[in-house]
Amino acid sequence: MDLLYKIFLEPFVQMGTAPDLLVQTLWEGMVGGMLYALIALGFVLIFKASGVFNFAQGIMVVFAALTLIGLHAQGIPAFVALALTIAVMFALAWSVERIVLRPLVNQPDIILFMATFGITYFLIGFGELVFGGDPKTMITEELFLPKGSWDIKMLGGFVSLQKIDVAAAIIASIMVAVLSVFFSKTRIGRALRAVADSHKAALSVGISLEQIWVIVWFAAGLVALVTGIMWGARSNVSFALEIIALKALPVLILGGFTSIPGAIVGGLIIGVGEKLGEFYWGPLVGGGTDSWFAFVIALIFLMFRPQGLFGEKIIERV
Amino acid sequence: MLYREAGQYKTSYQADQAVFPLLQDRVGLLVILFVAYVVIPLTGNDFLINAVMTPFLIFSLAAIGLNLLTGYTGLLSLGSGAFMGVGAYACYKLTTYFPDVNIIIWIVASGFVAALVGAIFGLPSLRIKGFYLAIATLAAQFFLEWSFTRVAWLYNHNVSGAIEVPQRTLFGVPITGPNATAETRYLIVLTIVVGMTWVASNIVHGRIGRMWMAVRDMDIAAELMGIRLLPTKLLAFAVSSFYCGVAGAMMVFLWYGGAESTVFSINQSFTILFMIIIGGLGSLLGAYLGAALIFVLPIVLRFVPPKLGIPVHAATVEHITFMIVGALIIFFLIVEPHGLARLWQIGKQKLRVWPFPY
Repeated sequence: MDLLYKIFLEPFVQMGTAPDLLVQTLWEGMVGGMLYALIALGFVLIFKASGVFNFAQGIMVVFAALTLIGLHAQGIPAFVALALTIAVMFALAWSVERIVLRPLVNQPDIILFMATFGITYFLIGFGELVFGGDPKTMITEELFLPKGSWDIKMLGGFVSLQKIDVAAAIIASIMVAVLSVFFSKTRIGRALRAVADSHKAALSVGISLEQIWVIVWFAAGLVALVTGIMWGARSNVSFALEIIALKALPVLILGGFTSIPGAIVGGLIIGVGEKLGEFYWGPLVGGGTDSWFAFVIALIFLMFRPQGLFGEKIIERV
Repeated sequence: MLYREAGQYKTSYQADQAVFPLLQDRVGLLVILFVAYVVIPLTGNDFLINAVMTPFLIFSLAAIGLNLLTGYTGLLSLGSGAFMGVGAYACYKLTTYFPDVNIIIWIVASGFVAALVGAIFGLPSLRIKGFYLAIATLAAQFFLEWSFTRVAWLYNHNVSGAIEVPQRTLFGVPITGPNATAETRYLIVLTIVVGMTWVASNIVHGRIGRMWMAVRDMDIAAELMGIRLLPTKLLAFAVSSFYCGVAGAMMVFLWYGGAESTVFSINQSFTILFMIIIGGLGSLLGAYLGAALIFVLPIVLRFVPPKLGIPVHAATVEHITFMIVGALIIFFLIVEPHGLARLWQIGKQKLRVWPFPY
């Protein structure tokens, strides 16, 4: 009885009596969820255009952020370093296409998925070799990202909004908007969608698969860079981020593998759900629930709707 | 020339369907077993036995377990590390409560606990497959890993949060704990691994194995042929987790001598997955080859450069190992998506027709 009370009543009483805490938790969940969504966006981009489930997206985030910091540490001005990092991400996209994807064309999905594991391990080793394994601070000031926080008085308490989080939200929205326009309006965007529908049909109307793949991997690299900067600004840049990036997977399940809005909505649901769960129900089981909460939500969700919120219905034929 | 079936007539169905139909294969297997049981314990030093052979065998067993699930049944799992953990913690709790029962019995019995947990987390596999299932098994991985740290009962409320292996004996000889010699532990691990490999080989060559492979190749078609999907898939999860659980229990009791939850992290799952990818999906031999490559390669990398007079920093070696493992995965997928086991088969085929081209 006591347990039931603690599960079903107490948290809501808490929410009611301290609404400012609730708003704060919601806000933090949303910001965290947005960052998951950004990583998930990278997954979706590549999955849409090549059917490859890119496990390396998480490490690409770390790699991009580390490259930026590492270049800046060499005395290169911040924005030049940013441009150089973009160039590095392009080089990465090109070499992935040339070395990994091209020889593996027409292999089953699972083989390509495994190949991205290989990329992940290679990048972990390479990144640690070049930049060292210790956590680094993101160069926020040099990139003119705001610092500090706004304390807003509301609901009988204070809600504190980190300026960097607000900036991250704005930048993420801009990026999603740009990507949506890119996918639906431009020539390359249409080619991308054609490739996603059918490789063979796309090839037959003269779309170059190789070029398209370099472009999507590059786009995913750019998304990774933005994610890396934003995440690095909130905490440090370290290889632990790679494990956190796995949280993008439940986001994908919720949103569906092929939907950009799905990635965003899924990210927000997971972020908010995980923060609320940890803050109000976590102490009941000893805390630290955010390591698995997202996955369990996704697992339950999968039981009822395997194709995700916005995914296309899976129809199987023999 | 030497490796050829010419002259070996099969006069019964039993001989025709043998796992090793060729005399040369059987002799080769006996030689390997002889080396493993007699030569290595007699000639090997502690380092070879304790730091190379024992962990290699344990990882092979875990890889066999995952291979039964991923390679034979086609269900991708990223939770094998956690299932190893279930085995280890179950064994620890069982031997705490019943210290008089022989530890080897508990090591094998802890596999059943892992099998139960595995079957529970395998329940979603009926509705979801492929990447989605992989993510569902990640839920198992993270949830179990979290339990290993947060549920104090599992590690007997130790302050350190780690499990420590008590001393247990077999016929008066200590086999676990600090007093057990490397050779004893190696021989026990070897016996368990050989026995369980034999069982696995019989499973995959029998009705159950064929059911699993039918489900892997096309589950809808398999269902139409009268294979009930849910029991088949759950059985695959249970057997796979059983193998992983025993491997995990052996890892802590016969190799590490104590462990924290971090041993069974997601990286452990990935390592085992790499072993079966590189070794070959759907092959028991592949599990051994993959474990040998992935586990032994870092050791070789650590010891070869100093021998050649090249000073290399330990951390650098680790980073380079990561890069090489990553590159190897890609290399093998490109050259031979079916892994080392397929290369071995191709080699055997070449050997049979040698010196003729075909």
